Amino acid sequence: MSFPSRLPDARSPSEGSGANLADILERVLDKGVVIAGDIRINLLDIELLTIKLRLVVASVDRAKEMGIDWWESDPSLSSGARTRELREENERLRARLAALEEERPALPARDAEGVRDRQADGRGGEER
Amino acid sequence: MTDGELLYAYAVARDAGPARDVPETVTGVADEPVREVCHAGFAALVGRVPAAEFEEGALRERLEDLAWLERVARGHQRVVDAAVSLFPCALPLRLATVYHDEDGLRRMLTAGREAFGTALDRLEGRVEWGVTVYAAPAPAEPAPPPKPSGPPSGRDYLRRRGAERRAAEADARREGRAAEAVHETLAALAEAVRLYPPQNSPLSGHPGRNLLNAAYLVPRERADDFTRTVAELTDQAPDGFRIRLTGPWAPYSFVTHDPCVPDAP
Repeated sequence: MSFPSRLPDARSPSEGSGANLADILERVLDKGVVIAGDIRINLLDIELLTIKLRLVVASVDRAKEMGIDWWESDPSLSSGARTRELREENERLRARLAALEEERPALPARDAEGVRDRQADGRGGEER
Repeated sequence: MTDGELLYAYAVARDAGPARDVPETVTGVADEPVREVCHAGFAALVGRVPAAEFEEGALRERLEDLAWLERVARGHQRVVDAAVSLFPCALPLRLATVYHDEDGLRRMLTAGREAFGTALDRLEGRVEWGVTVYAAPAPAEPAPPPKPSGPPSGRDYLRRRGAERRAAEADARREGRAAEAVHETLAALAEAVRLYPPQNSPLSGHPGRNLLNAAYLVPRERADDFTRTVAELTDQAPDGFRIRLTGPWAPYSFVTHDPCVPDAP
């Protein structure tokens, strides 16, 4: 059989690109021969996943209009582990603030300027 | 088979005599080499994968991880693709069809004998093509209104908004009809078609509205006709219209008989 394989010659007339993730997922996830494996995946789980994806695949905008936006905080679906990053950054900053406060328990408010100077001198939280 | 490994099955084809070598470049979902296991008159393409990723609990968790899922989906597709070029007809198995060992796999091939045979008979010599049609994204700003001769009134504003809305609706209708015409032309060349829900931009990487997302089951001898027709439709397409062809795919969308909508001659 000398039939061309799909990716190398991707004959996409307008794009010149191969299949995108949506093309692949809609096929491999719930098409193809469904036959029992030894490893039983709860079909319901897959179906739920498919529903989740379909929601994303089909109509992000529509879902947003309806106020459904859970995937934005769902690390499995959001491109943003962004929320997670922000949370981690927040924790790091809090820890650093606590350390600074410990160092100068009586830091008066007007001394905020002084803290910045200390950091500029390279004597910020990094040295701990 | 060592402990800590499972057997991942990708595709089933008819056992056509001497084992075929799967090219080394074709690796599976865990970047593992892929080989053929023959039993009961069928050949399955399989690979050994770590149990740590593919046993029940791990699998359930990881399927929810889109990055992992993407890697596995692409690996799965890579091997199914290889199966399409190695065999006259290959049936893709659904993602994550996993066995403890070759015994389990053989039991599956025996149990599925009849179904595999029927599907292979029906699909031999046919491939699946995917076609998506996108309309250009709506312009962010509507064209500036003509300079009003006097001070703008509320009525002018409403009239202009109405005209813009009607123009947008007319565009949408025209685009819808054009997409329908594309589908009808292609369906006439196909034995069966399957319509998918529209794709959205984040996953497909395409801006714009997805008007048509369809799979066509096409006999191989008509493959050139089909691709040429897609190219012609692309040339004739109105401005802002994007027609994208993917394939040939293994007949994913047509392995089960019922979902095929035979609305083509």
